[in-house]
Amino acid sequence: MSGEKTFILDGKPIAFEDGDTIMDAALRAGEYIPHLCHNPEFTPHGSCRICMVEVDGRQVSACTFPAAEGSGVVNDSDQLTAQRRSLLQMLFVEGNHICPGCEKSGACQLQAVAYYTGMLALDFTHFFPRRSVDASHPDAVIDFNRCILCELCVRASREVDKKNLFSISGRGINSHLVIDSPTGKLGDSAFAATDKAMHVCPVGAILPRHTAYNTPVGKRLYDRQPVNMVGDVAGYEETDER
Amino acid sequence: MTEKLKLATASLCGCFGCHMSLLDIDERILELVQLVEFDRSPFTDIKKIGHCDIGIIEGGVANAENVEVLREFRAHCKVLIAFGACAINGGIPAMRNQFELKECLEESYVDGIGVYNRMIPDDPEIPMLLNKVHPIHEVVQIDHFLPGCPPSGDAIWTFLTGLIEGRPVSLPYGQIRYD
Ligand code: SF4
Ligand code: SF4
Repeated sequence: MSGEKTFILDGKPIAFEDGDTIMDAALRAGEYIPHLCHNPEFTPHGSCRICMVEVDGRQVSACTFPAAEGSGVVNDSDQLTAQRRSLLQMLFVEGNHICPGCEKSGACQLQAVAYYTGMLALDFTHFFPRRSVDASHPDAVIDFNRCILCELCVRASREVDKKNLFSISGRGINSHLVIDSPTGKLGDSAFAATDKAMHVCPVGAILPRHTAYNTPVGKRLYDRQPVNMVGDVAGYEETDER
Repeated sequence: MTEKLKLATASLCGCFGCHMSLLDIDERILELVQLVEFDRSPFTDIKKIGHCDIGIIEGGVANAENVEVLREFRAHCKVLIAFGACAINGGIPAMRNQFELKECLEESYVDGIGVYNRMIPDDPEIPMLLNKVHPIHEVVQIDHFLPGCPPSGDAIWTFLTGLIEGRPVSLPYGQIRYD
C-alpha cells in the first residue's frame, strides 16, 4: 500500500499513523512490548522503564517515543530481557511481594511480566520496608506494600474519574502513593467502586473487596498463557470473566 | 557404571511443602534414585551431611540454627539450590519482618487470645530467632533458584533432570510460578 508509514520492529514492518508512539503502533499491530505503567487509555507516563527498546542503537521508552518512518526498533534481545529482569527484580525487592499470600497472584501483571522474562530469583538484597495497609474504604483496600508507583490510578482518577484522588509524594526511595482526603485515608476520600481507578492497578495494591480468591488456581488470567498472549490485567479486571 | 550423584536436602524456615512437592514427582522418584543417592535429608533421616554434589534448601533463614545448617550445606555441596518461595525471598515467614521480633513474640506467647502460662520461651535448646527472616542468598552463595510455593512436581522434575544431566534448564510456561 502506498503512502503508509512504517518502521521496523525486530525485523517486521509496523504501520503507524502520525502522532503514534512506538507502543501505540505495536499494540495495534498485535506486537507485545513488555510494560507495566502503560495503559493506552491514559497519557503515557514512561516511568517503569520496562518498555525500553533500542531505536537505531539508542535506548528509549516505547510508550513515549514517537514512531518514525524507516527507523529500526529492537524489542526482543537477550540484553533487553536481562535489563528488564533486573528492573523487575528491583521492583520486587523494594516492596513486599509475598505472592503466595497475595490475592492478586495469578492475575498480577508484575508477576506475569517477570514470568515472561524468565525471572527465577531476586539477585538483590531485600529492603523489607515497613508499609501500611489502608482498609478504611467499604469497597476497596490499598496495600501499599505492593505499590510499584506506576501512577495508573493517579492517571485514571485524574483523566477519567475527574477526581484527582491519588498522587505520588516524596522523592527517590521515599516516593509513595498518597490519597487526597482530610485524613489521608481512602475511606474519607471521594473514591467510589465505580471509579476507573479501582480497576487499573497492575498489581495487588488497589484491591476491590468481596472478590478475593473467586477464581480458582488454574483459571486465573496468567495461569495458562503468558502476558504477551492474554494482555494486560486492566482489561480483564473490568470483564465479568473473573 | 558411573557413580551416583549425592544429594542432600534440608528445610529451614519453611513449611515442608517443598519437600512434599519433591515427593509429588510420584513414580519418577524411582528414576531419580537411579541417578542420585540421598545423603542428609528428612527423607533419609541422616543428620550429618557428607560431601555432596547437590544441596537443596527449602525455607528462609529465621534463626541461628538455620544459619548453621545453611553454612554447613554450602561447605559440603558443590551446587546449592534455593528451592521454593521462602528460600528465594523469605516467603510467608518474612511477613514478620513488618514487626519487631519482640512484638511477634509478645503476640504469640503473652498477649495472644487464649494463651495461658504467658511467658516467652527461653530454653537454651531453642535456637535464637533472628530479628528478620532472610532469603538464603543473603547468607551464602547460591548457584540455582527454583521458585514456587511450592515448585510443582513437574517443575522439580524438569529442573533436577536438567541439572543432573548437566544441560541448561529451561522451564516451560506454567512451571515458573511464584505462588
Ligand atoms: S502484587 Fe503481584 S508480585 Fe506483588 S505479591 Fe501480589 S501477586 Fe506477587
Ligand atoms: S496503587 Fe497500583 S495503580 Fe496506583 S500507583 Fe500503586 S501500583 Fe500503580
